[in-house]
Amino acid sequence: MKHLFQFLIIIVFSFIGEFLHHFIPLPIPACIYGIVIMFLCLELHIVPLSAVKETGDFLVKIMPIMFVPAAVGLLSVWDSIADKWFEYLVICLVTTLIVMFISGKVTDWVLKK
Amino acid sequence: MKLFLENAAYFGVFISLASYYIGTLLRKKINFALFNPLLVSIVLIIVFLKVFNINHVAYLRSNEIFTYLLTPATICLAIPLYEQFELLKHNYKAVLLGIASGIVASLGSVLVLCILFKMGHENFVTLLPKSLTNAIGMEVSRELGGYPSATVSAIIITGVFGNIVAEAACRWFRFKSPIAKGVAIGSAAHAMGTSKALEMGQVEGAMGSLSIVVSGLLTVIAAGFVANVY
Repeated sequence: MKHLFQFLIIIVFSFIGEFLHHFIPLPIPACIYGIVIMFLCLELHIVPLSAVKETGDFLVKIMPIMFVPAAVGLLSVWDSIADKWFEYLVICLVTTLIVMFISGKVTDWVLKK
Repeated sequence: MKLFLENAAYFGVFISLASYYIGTLLRKKINFALFNPLLVSIVLIIVFLKVFNINHVAYLRSNEIFTYLLTPATICLAIPLYEQFELLKHNYKAVLLGIASGIVASLGSVLVLCILFKMGHENFVTLLPKSLTNAIGMEVSRELGGYPSATVSAIIITGVFGNIVAEAACRWFRFKSPIAKGVAIGSAAHAMGTSKALEMGQVEGAMGSLSIVVSGLLTVIAAGFVANVY
């Protein structure tokens, strides 16, 4: 029963996210509304951690596998960058490293002060 | 046989799970960043689909359950975030400045490289949201007049690369605190990177989750201004 109940609560948050995404004209997806609202409900003790914990942890643990079809989906959209694929690849790889370096270093640096 | 495989309900999910599992086994044997479970499984699946001439649209259709579960799973990132919130409150300045610097670095480096490669305005705004989570990125791209599908490509490339390079990059760049590691990975490579951060540790995962949300929301605003520069 515990897992069933937890899954219900998680789906309720997903639905609230979907609802807000549909009715608020901002480019914010359901999952972002969902994270914020679930976090607030936990922090304000509206929903106890025990109402989402095990099933939520399970979903988070198997999340990497959900990116496999998402990434294979690159085959479907590859045409959109086919004529500039090399530039796209270089820009994506280089900027990813730059962002990691700067955001990590700044965080470390402020922590140390 | 080909027709059966393309229509079977469980076949696509089976090859996703099996190839990812092979990826994790390989990773245990060979400790080298390129043997990343995500990358290994993508390569195995693409090779498999090509060799047996199976339509990738059929494969994707059979995997819709994963797309469906991605939203609830992402929402559950609120759990590690909640569990580490005390630590976050204590270090909020470092975390927020880290995320903010990541946004500036992302928009700035895309701008500079696009000018360098003479990419033109449309490709520039297409690439601006590349570090964001898929759903936000596409919307931002569309609104700024970019090509949403190309943005999705850029987001996938960024996420897969971020997932592969995350652990090595934390070593190369000598990040000291797990907070810095999480902020770096979440800011640079959205949820795909953060799933790696979660494997590295609770703190890394929680900081990655926070970075997805904060950087996602702030980039929507910031990208609108930067878009007019080039």
